[in-house]
Amino acid sequence: MFSPDKIHAVEARNRSWDELYVRATARNPERLPAFTTVSNLEIGRLYTPADIRALDYQRDLGNPGEFPFTRGVQPTMYRGRLWTMRQFAGMGGAEDTNRRFHYLMEHGETGLSTAFDMPTLMGYDSDSSMARGEIGKCGVAIDTLADMEILFDRIPLDQVTTSMTINPPATILLAMYIAVAEKNGVGRDQIGGTIQNDMLKEFIAQKTFMLPPEPSMRIIVDSVEFCTKEVPRWNTISISGYHIREAGSTAAQELAFTLADGIGYVQACIDRGLNVDDFAPRLSFFFNAHMDFFEEIAKYRAARRIWARVMRERFHARSERSMMLRFHTQTAGCSLTAQQPYNNVVRTAYQGLSAVLGGTQSLHTNSLDETLALPTEHAVTIALRTQQIIAEEIGVTNTIDPLGGSYFVEALTDEMERQAMDYINKIDDMGGILKAIEVGYPQHEIADAAYTYQTQVDAGEKVVVGVNKYRMEEDLNIDLLRIDPEVERRQLQRLEKIRAERDSARVQACLQAIEDASRGSDNLLPHLIEAVKNYVTQQEICDTWRRVYGRYTDPGMF
Amino acid sequence: MERKIKVLVAKPGLDGHDRGAKVVARGLRDAGFEVVYTGLHQTPEQIVATAVQEDVDVIGLSSLAGAHMYLFPRVVELLHEQGAADIVVFGGGIIPVEDAPALAKAGVKAIFTPGSPVAETVNWIRANIRPS
Repeated sequence: MFSPDKIHAVEARNRSWDELYVRATARNPERLPAFTTVSNLEIGRLYTPADIRALDYQRDLGNPGEFPFTRGVQPTMYRGRLWTMRQFAGMGGAEDTNRRFHYLMEHGETGLSTAFDMPTLMGYDSDSSMARGEIGKCGVAIDTLADMEILFDRIPLDQVTTSMTINPPATILLAMYIAVAEKNGVGRDQIGGTIQNDMLKEFIAQKTFMLPPEPSMRIIVDSVEFCTKEVPRWNTISISGYHIREAGSTAAQELAFTLADGIGYVQACIDRGLNVDDFAPRLSFFFNAHMDFFEEIAKYRAARRIWARVMRERFHARSERSMMLRFHTQTAGCSLTAQQPYNNVVRTAYQGLSAVLGGTQSLHTNSLDETLALPTEHAVTIALRTQQIIAEEIGVTNTIDPLGGSYFVEALTDEMERQAMDYINKIDDMGGILKAIEVGYPQHEIADAAYTYQTQVDAGEKVVVGVNKYRMEEDLNIDLLRIDPEVERRQLQRLEKIRAERDSARVQACLQAIEDASRGSDNLLPHLIEAVKNYVTQQEICDTWRRVYGRYTDPGMF
Repeated sequence: MERKIKVLVAKPGLDGHDRGAKVVARGLRDAGFEVVYTGLHQTPEQIVATAVQEDVDVIGLSSLAGAHMYLFPRVVELLHEQGAADIVVFGGGIIPVEDAPALAKAGVKAIFTPGSPVAETVNWIRANIRPS
């Protein structure tokens, strides 16, 4: 972007400025021995054109909506349409969560996002001994289609898109969603939404796993294949860095392992015989918005650039839609503090701003009370208002990629790309992401980073306001959402009634068909849709899979 | 020489959030304790069986998904049933302060909430646990 002569002049000027700086520090020494990001990346004192001398606007940035999409995936970005404000919600029974959905939509939310309880996430019904004490606690309990019908009561599924954060039983929940829509007269070609369906990051970070990696991949590829043909508006996998980061990774690790997972899925779908341009446009991504403002913005920009190149050069995609990395962002839950909890509103606002400056397509902002419990209605309203203020008051949506061309942000974007590509190349050398997971490589990298960070916080080297600096005596009791014990009773009653009333011969036939398809190569989705329509429970399906494929258990390293 | 204090770090229930448990496990090991980590998705029965088999002095339970009011007391109860009531139980994770009194009453000896430095747990163990 700059001629060699200009760079030469800038460098000469930088040398004399460096002397000025050093003289100045003799009087006013720097505050810190090193200035680093939250991920321990050292940041320089000043960035100038010399730091981005190799940057080529056409090749490395492009305009919004143009390869390599560094500046954004759509030509219009937020001047056309704002990001989707999508607050993750789920608690208690389906009735309670349905009420929260309606509340959020009445207050300006534009998309739904469903949190399930632990038994649902892990493939257990509410009446399983494994579910004791956990029903409805960290999300909504879904055992059968009957719960799903209540969950989406009075919600127009042809108009609203729904994200469902679920992994091992993701295809079962998708089957239920299709079944509910069809019961309401909405065709599967009209519904839109996302299932997380990203098992690779479960083994790496979030740890809601059920089956071993190979069969997990097979079920995922089945869902991609099915949706490509029959549910064209569905995002089949939400390839997630969020949980990798929450587990303690650095920003570069989050970026690298997420994209390495993405590469793993694309390869698996191609190996199935799918055409890359048929399925790749429906892959979406999900990143964390952590504390370090510029590092995060650089991470999102680098993510788009790397993915565009990978899709074009490695997988020979021809459609630009296959090369566009679209992503959802959630602010960093792990950055919130139980101490002085109202400070969390401020943290979340900055994190949300970084996601918007990074060009996110959809955003969840955390509520101030989420280090303690699921959010109250009051807290979630402030979180939603935070997004609305970013969108409509502070002017950051007036122009596209306002930080593009910043010497610092462009240099940091390059650095994030470099670090991520080093990891991705290393994983390729190991034989791909499944092999890397098998030897625990990403898991170890993350555990090391998490431990390093904790020791830095404990030593006061990384400041957490209210925790290791600016502490004060306070009453930590704030109003929290409690899950009514009635939820468990009502859920068990409903499940018992379903079991008694359904056609058990049909149930057995459906389960047999799923078992046959699981042992063979028939796509599972049509069988799953048939099963859930007959009120087969999700655990019954998962138990079939556990029997056929075995279980994955935590190696328990630390 | 006095035997090292032996700690079982355990993840009861279906919750997969293991960052805290693993950081604490490593911190306790670095502080000189002998540490066993159960891995994820353990039932209270499995945790108690491991504790007895490994002959630990203390169990640290980690929960971030809201099921602590059932799972923590259940571990204490099972220890009593197994005649292993001498094994001390503490906990940590996403636990509202208002739950602490009920957990204390159920026999959970300490709760470390978000933001607690690892050293706090180390010091508490040193002050309260003697190797058997």
